[in-house]
Amino acid sequence: MKRRQWMWGYLMIAPVVLGLAVFYIYPFFDTLVNSFKTIGAFNVSKWCGLANYKKLTVDESLWHTLFNTFRYVIFTVPLTIILSLLLAVLLNTKNLKGRGIYRVIYFLPYVTMATAIAAVWKWMFNGDFGLINYILGLFGIKGQQWVTNSAIAPYSIIVVTIWGSLGYNMIILLAGIQGISPTYYEAAEIDGAGVVAKFFNITLPLVTPSLFFILITGLIGAFQIFDTIFMMIGKNTVVLENTQSVVMYFYRNAFDLGNKGYACAIAMLLFVIIMVITLLQMVGQKKWVNYD
Amino acid sequence: MKEKKSRHLLVHIILLAGSFIMILPFAWMVLTAFKTQNEAIHVPPIIFPSHWDLQTFKNVFDKLPFLAAYKNTIISAIVTVVAQLFMCSMAGYAFGCIKFPGRNVIFVICLSVLMIPSTLFILPQYLMIQKMGLLNTIPALFLPNLFSAYGTFLMRQFFMSLPKELEDAAKLDGCNYFQIFYKIMLPLVKPGLITLAIITVRLAWNDLMWPLVVNPSTDKTTLAAALANLQGQYSTDYPTMMAGSVMAILPLVIMFAVFQKQFIEGIAFTGTKA
Repeated sequence: MKRRQWMWGYLMIAPVVLGLAVFYIYPFFDTLVNSFKTIGAFNVSKWCGLANYKKLTVDESLWHTLFNTFRYVIFTVPLTIILSLLLAVLLNTKNLKGRGIYRVIYFLPYVTMATAIAAVWKWMFNGDFGLINYILGLFGIKGQQWVTNSAIAPYSIIVVTIWGSLGYNMIILLAGIQGISPTYYEAAEIDGAGVVAKFFNITLPLVTPSLFFILITGLIGAFQIFDTIFMMIGKNTVVLENTQSVVMYFYRNAFDLGNKGYACAIAMLLFVIIMVITLLQMVGQKKWVNYD
Repeated sequence: MKEKKSRHLLVHIILLAGSFIMILPFAWMVLTAFKTQNEAIHVPPIIFPSHWDLQTFKNVFDKLPFLAAYKNTIISAIVTVVAQLFMCSMAGYAFGCIKFPGRNVIFVICLSVLMIPSTLFILPQYLMIQKMGLLNTIPALFLPNLFSAYGTFLMRQFFMSLPKELEDAAKLDGCNYFQIFYKIMLPLVKPGLITLAIITVRLAWNDLMWPLVVNPSTDKTTLAAALANLQGQYSTDYPTMMAGSVMAILPLVIMFAVFQKQFIEGIAFTGTKA
């Protein structure tokens, strides 16, 4: 009887488990092993020990790339969270008319491919003919080269990334806020608490589980930024050095420059960075996340 | 009352301003797609095209095998969704509701896949597809994506929330586990299936790096990669780029417009249950 049960169990998990083993678990270890090799033309590989990792420490492009990536994370994650929280609180206003329409409008970028989003923003950011510079001109502000100026381009990418992430984060936070029991607010109102007091003393503490969720997913996502940069900046421009992310640098080493072994070392570095940051957040959550 | 009205007004002003910023790029994308190149680069910008003709859209199909890219994306999306719905729900049910040795260890190992950034899988996956002789073929587009640790986790959560009595009754009737899964439990997790379908179709439709890498030829790749290839040659032909973008995003936008409730509630759910 029990054997029958076991058989069904193994049979029903088999497709997924086998597929994951072949296409994910094995590749993880393959990347790890490949990071200790140089892989040249025709995928001929040669063991090279820690050479790739030593190269990581002296590769100026890599350090610049790390700086770029941390810059993206530091700007996009907090700003996205703050703006999304603001939007979610506004959207949660009692008896708000048109709430459904607002939700759809803000969520639209989530279903739109980053490639298309980057294409239209690149066009709007165009230094000579773009809409943004025209609108700024109407207010007497001088237009900039948003995508072709090395100093400004990273921030243009940050703007596009935040724009694209607001809707998703807003929806998650809205669900979290709507899960807060109304009795808290009623009690606060009896005590005469105003809007701001209610937000900081009830909403904020009790929405921390959702905030934690979007913080972790936001961090993990921001470290892996690729599509937007690939479309807005391209592969062979002057601005690349100041804008490319770790994943973009991995992509170029793996598929353009033929440094597959080195690319694997870059990937392992990314893995370690994300693991450390995620672990720090997991440990830190006890200090500020309120689970009931 | 007055206080509530002025507060509502302020809320609407802020939300409307934000809505304008959200919609502007989409509106500009569509408007530019219908313009001629001269209209597009006119300074100061011309807002509305003088003629709403579909020539630019036809141009996209002439300049690139866009129709093939459309076909590939649709096939990839459908195959991926169907495969994931079936395999992940089956495995999710087994992990959640059938007891067998090693169940928890195997499940944790599958979950650990979620901890790893996708960058670490892509090169070996590429090399595997290359060895299988499947580079630049349609199966290459969806093969690795048929298997999802997240989908399995999600479905397991849904199955575990169902009452056990249903299974017990079915077992008494002599049903085997697959029959219980297929005939009784699966119909009860429709919201989970819908959520998984939405997440999967979005990924299959919008992902860039994998199709770009594994199927470099535009006629064998997805719309996202085709759009990237379009930019390679026509980066300064703005109406063409915008027309291509509009067509690439249209199916998913329409799907979203029709199934708004399911999209938004499904995604909201994934945040609360995590």
